[in-house]
Amino acid sequence: MRTQRIDQAAARLGAETRAAVYDGAKIGHEKRTKLLFDHYADPNRLRELAGEIKQHVVENLDTYLPAVEARLVANGVKVHWASTAEAACEAVHAILRARGATKLVKAKTMVSEEIELEGYLRERGIESLETDLGEFIVQLDHDRPSHIIKPIIHKNRRQIAELFERNGLGAYNDEPQVITQRARQFLRHKYLGADAGLTGANFMVAESGRLVVVTNEGNSRFCLAATRCHIALVGIEKILPRDRDLALFLNLLARSGTAQQLSVYNEFILGPRAPGQPDGPEEMHVVFVDNGRTNVLASSCREILRCIRCGACLNVCPVYRQAGGHAYRSVYPGPVGAVLSPLLLGRRFPEKADLPKASSLCGACNEVCPVNIPIPDLLLRLRDRAHTERVPSPGTPPMGAWSILASQPAAWKVALFGGRFLDHFPRSLVPVPALRAWESSRDLPKWRGGEFRRWLKLRRKRPGAGQSSPGITP
Amino acid sequence: MLTSHRTPVTGRRVQLMATCLCDAFHDDVAAAAVEVLEHLGCEVAFPEGQTCCGQPAFNAGDWPASRRVVRHAVRTFASPDPIVVPSGSCAAMLFHGALLEFEKEADLGEVDALGRRTWELGDFIVNGLGVRSWPGRFDAVVALHRSCHTRGTGSSDAAALLLGSIAGVRLVELGEGEQCCGFGGTFSVAFPHISAAMGRLKLDHVRAARPDVLVSGDMGCLMHLGGMAARQGAPVRSMHFAQVLREALRGAA
Repeated sequence: MRTQRIDQAAARLGAETRAAVYDGAKIGHEKRTKLLFDHYADPNRLRELAGEIKQHVVENLDTYLPAVEARLVANGVKVHWASTAEAACEAVHAILRARGATKLVKAKTMVSEEIELEGYLRERGIESLETDLGEFIVQLDHDRPSHIIKPIIHKNRRQIAELFERNGLGAYNDEPQVITQRARQFLRHKYLGADAGLTGANFMVAESGRLVVVTNEGNSRFCLAATRCHIALVGIEKILPRDRDLALFLNLLARSGTAQQLSVYNEFILGPRAPGQPDGPEEMHVVFVDNGRTNVLASSCREILRCIRCGACLNVCPVYRQAGGHAYRSVYPGPVGAVLSPLLLGRRFPEKADLPKASSLCGACNEVCPVNIPIPDLLLRLRDRAHTERVPSPGTPPMGAWSILASQPAAWKVALFGGRFLDHFPRSLVPVPALRAWESSRDLPKWRGGEFRRWLKLRRKRPGAGQSSPGITP
Repeated sequence: MLTSHRTPVTGRRVQLMATCLCDAFHDDVAAAAVEVLEHLGCEVAFPEGQTCCGQPAFNAGDWPASRRVVRHAVRTFASPDPIVVPSGSCAAMLFHGALLEFEKEADLGEVDALGRRTWELGDFIVNGLGVRSWPGRFDAVVALHRSCHTRGTGSSDAAALLLGSIAGVRLVELGEGEQCCGFGGTFSVAFPHISAAMGRLKLDHVRAARPDVLVSGDMGCLMHLGGMAARQGAPVRSMHFAQVLREALRGAA
């Protein structure tokens, strides 16, 4: 039986990992929902408003990007433009090289994962160290994040304690506080020895050039406070028009992502240290990263660029809960990743054209999205694209012959009648893969093709005669 | 988000779209829909040429094949009377999905018009005809599975309103009601492992709620859940909500 890759990945997933992913996602979703509906009379209106604002930005990037560049330059920030992952890595490397820097401390940024910065710098003799606890653990384990904001959702504390022990960070102890304390002690020294700090950006405000970085560990603040040079990797879609939009977006981001009223550390960065300010980096760079985003903008799925990377769609998604993030073979997993990851590949779209199939199209992702992205519609558009580009889709029954049958009433009626012969064959002998897949876990009800039409005819002929049978199904 | 602007209902003539699942497996659901609509004084036409809404091909990504079927539906249901469908999923296909795949087609206008007169059965009764309660009696603890394609529409609330108004019915909530049952049309066969895992979770919630009957407005969900429960050797009694409405009418007699 041929099935989809993500289904196979889910079937292979170990019980421990599946439980960690499932529980983490479910709890995350439930807390998020409670907090939003406890605090706001109509959170859906907020989601819609935020969606409209981000859509406005996406539609007007061509004017917002030059405007924000001008603001940044006026604020004393050096601006770089990178159209590809390679160019973004080169830009970061050039900044570091110019300063003779060899040690970089990193706050959490998905864009750095996307452009594979760590490996690029390592090959050039530069150490870049993750300082977000989850990302630090991922890096230590030579693993990959499996969730946008909870990178180690797939690991449990026992696995982490063992990892720390293997890496000389103390004897086995799986108390979360001890784990955190040990990471903290290790990282403190690293901050002090670093030459530069790298962050992402949750938002970049066009009117002020304000860069907003949100964390819960304060590690981004250490990255900035202890180093002379701040580099921010910013996806070109991260823009918000006005400072006051932050009120809406910070509220939605914290609630949707981590079920907090507000994240613990919200940093508003207006530029490098100004004369008279006591500390802060003396040099600040913003690297705007395209890496396929303008292709997304040109596609029929540009709404996905509204995404603020909160992970709420992952947490609610029943497919993600079963498969885990790694099944998506992408930096961005889950429903948002199923749209974004294949699109970011540009012409290599077919490599990940199976991702948009990994959905029952239940729509829960759209219902929780803080920027109201119509994810199911976008998944469907990408399925159309995959079919148009003739990408094979294992397990999906071919529809051509069916559609001809379903547009010829006479043939349809014959099929309705003929279907009953199915009931007289042992199902294992029926050479229809879809039927086999169905029957792998479900009984098929008895075929009753055309019975309703007969009933209705009888009822029309002799009113009152067509009492239907007591209605229990199946 | 899903509901397009709907043409208000004026007369009592309707066209029934039975759905392919009822045409092939669940004839009694379509029959119940007829009896329920006739009880409300509707004159129910059944266009004989009808087949399917086109959703299987739409979801599979074969939009040209799907459009062929939708165009057939446009021809078959050409009358301006409302089209009533005992399935939230098939209805949403016609008033939402079809618009996506016809975005760049010359006949988008006709498809849009078809969508505007298409109603899921419960939505039609409550929000189309303005009926707020249901007569008769049905003694049962009922769990309503809110099928996914009724999100953002009036259908699930309509079904809950009608069911809750029937004498003898006690409605119980299902845990994690926002979670999909795992059917998803072709998803159920292309992702059999995940689909079954989702189905087991849903059945756990159903059994925990201890209803006498599991009720939904979509036979796809019930066929999947019922088929799984039967395979597990622990069948769950399930009914389409149209069948409950009809049984209530009989209970009154």
